[in-house]
Amino acid sequence: MKKYNLIKLLVTVFVLTFFYGKAYPANKELLKIDWSFAGITGKFERDSLQRGYQVYNEVCASCHSMQYLSYRNLSQKGGPEFTIEEVKAIAASFEVEDGPNSDGDMFTRPARPSDHFINPYTNVNAAIASNGGAYPPDMSVLVKARPGGANYIYSVLMGYEDKPADFDLDVGVYYNKYMDGKKIKMPSPLSDDLIEYTDGTKATQAQMAKDVTAFLTWAAEPHLEARHRTGTKVIIYLIILATLVYFSMKKIWSRVDAEK
Amino acid sequence: MSEHEYVPNSKAGKWFNDRLPLLSLGAHLSDYPTPKNLNYWWTFGGILTFCLITQIVTGIVLAMHYVAHADLAFESVEKIMRDVNYGWLIRYIHSNGASMFFLAVYIHIFRSLFFGSFKSPRELIWIIGMLIYILMMAAAFMGYVLPWGQMSFWGATVITNLFSAIPFVGESVVTWLWGGYSVDNPTLTRFFSLHYLIPFLILGLVVLHIWALHIPGNNNPIGIDIKKPSKDTVPFHPYITVKDIFALLMFMIIFAGFVFFSPNVLGHADNYIPANPLVTPAHIVPEWYLLPFYAILRSVPDKLGGVVLMFGALFVLIILPWLDTSKVRSAVFRPVYRHFFWIFVVDVLALGYLGAMPAEGVYLFLARITTTYYFLHFIVVLPFLSYFEKTDPLPVSISEPVLTGGFSAVPARTDRVTNEKI
Repeated sequence: MKKYNLIKLLVTVFVLTFFYGKAYPANKELLKIDWSFAGITGKFERDSLQRGYQVYNEVCASCHSMQYLSYRNLSQKGGPEFTIEEVKAIAASFEVEDGPNSDGDMFTRPARPSDHFINPYTNVNAAIASNGGAYPPDMSVLVKARPGGANYIYSVLMGYEDKPADFDLDVGVYYNKYMDGKKIKMPSPLSDDLIEYTDGTKATQAQMAKDVTAFLTWAAEPHLEARHRTGTKVIIYLIILATLVYFSMKKIWSRVDAEK
Repeated sequence: MSEHEYVPNSKAGKWFNDRLPLLSLGAHLSDYPTPKNLNYWWTFGGILTFCLITQIVTGIVLAMHYVAHADLAFESVEKIMRDVNYGWLIRYIHSNGASMFFLAVYIHIFRSLFFGSFKSPRELIWIIGMLIYILMMAAAFMGYVLPWGQMSFWGATVITNLFSAIPFVGESVVTWLWGGYSVDNPTLTRFFSLHYLIPFLILGLVVLHIWALHIPGNNNPIGIDIKKPSKDTVPFHPYITVKDIFALLMFMIIFAGFVFFSPNVLGHADNYIPANPLVTPAHIVPEWYLLPFYAILRSVPDKLGGVVLMFGALFVLIILPWLDTSKVRSAVFRPVYRHFFWIFVVDVLALGYLGAMPAEGVYLFLARITTTYYFLHFIVVLPFLSYFEKTDPLPVSISEPVLTGGFSAVPARTDRVTNEKI
């Protein structure tokens, strides 16, 4: 009887897993990178995040906002970990509007680390108007907002191709094999040697795509490293505690089992 | 409550207990005679209590930081994830906690279905449990709306629109629910208010659920009535407590696996896109635990019919104690029901899968078959099965069959124990 139930349970779990996999299919065609942050001990690579910020700042930031991030986050533990001085310098290179001052006027000043990343557009409508009717999405949580996550972002960045001869494209629309309907309104943002990395790494398209995707993953999940670290400790603790409780249970129940 | 009156040792204890017998209650809970053959499927009651408390505690902390406003909700959730100390942990426990709560409740419900725990004299325990389950679904649905992402907004739109199917007053009811002419800020604020209220209603019902349980006592895997206390029972503490804690720790390991290593796998990516009334997501899908009902809803071409059937699916569960006519509780002794039980499990899983698929073509066809079978199980199979099924002989006590070598080897004693006698 017990064996019978166990087999059925296993079958049920298998069926459930199967259904679940079918219900939420991972996009199998996506390019897959062996990300350093994947897996239970995954961590970000500092220099990759720093390069990724450079790509964001010099390429993406002209259209895409990251409104939930502040410059101070760039020095936060588990992130790109720029030094405080570097972050101050980065922030100071942007102008933000502040005020009103004691005269009631708005004024601009250099940004401080506590300021949010500046927006490339004053409002959503301005962003849509400047981009042929397509809103460049805010990138703060973009990685979590797309099925496939980091692999999806990387794939889109690498997915630009010449369109097949029989494929119709309007003006201002581009062919990208990883997009829904293979159409995208963003022209290919990356190309070899588009920027010059400050750390001397060769700025190939793949390198930039990888770095900026890592940066966006951190931006969407800034506490990922702490989460992995804490999780490992929590599970080890639970396993040890469960083992102790298991033997206590065996001891306590031995009084009852002895009666049989 | 207990067999013999509890008398505290200390004078102060006695003084207090005479006026408010909390110590007697504690003694009752501790001594509560429990069948000694309860298996691990019986540990989910304790696990569910843990889930409820976890949701309430994390929820109260989240409510300190969350802002229930259509323009600020999404941002406030991001603030929790980024700037609140361990906010990411609290929110991920709460969001995954909902899924774990439902995982545990489904196991708890199917355990009752298999071992016949819902049958006389435990009908009220079952009905209170079903009310808890319905409130859980309401709380989970409203909680999913609060981050005000795309799935929040469109899920709320789809589900509240169901009420428009009510004849004559449907449209007015929906406007009343929304607090306006579309899902908007008034909808969000009332959902937040109710989302905070419902868990405490559930807590109250849980007290009644346990109170009602302590009148007849636990059912057990062989489903027979037992004498309490007797050789067949053990005191709740320490025997059941230690076993419940061990099972809870196993459950927490799985829970922690989700929270720390794949916190978003049970959610939907679209909910990290802020709500936009002008853009409809390609597929509007509820959370996994509501999918079977969603499949039933969509399998009917008529809106009102779909809504009626969906609520009917809950109604047949509520009246289940009177639908299953077999006097034998445990499926262990019901050789035919046992198979129908597993067919039903597969049917519900299939409904869940079909609920996640687009309602078209072969999916829709299969959803109609599985929906039909869902109701057949309750309305045809359960009431009539007992007239055909020849149940296996029941043992006289829990201790007895052990002497003769396990449940399956119990054909002995048919002279004394026959089906008619039970």
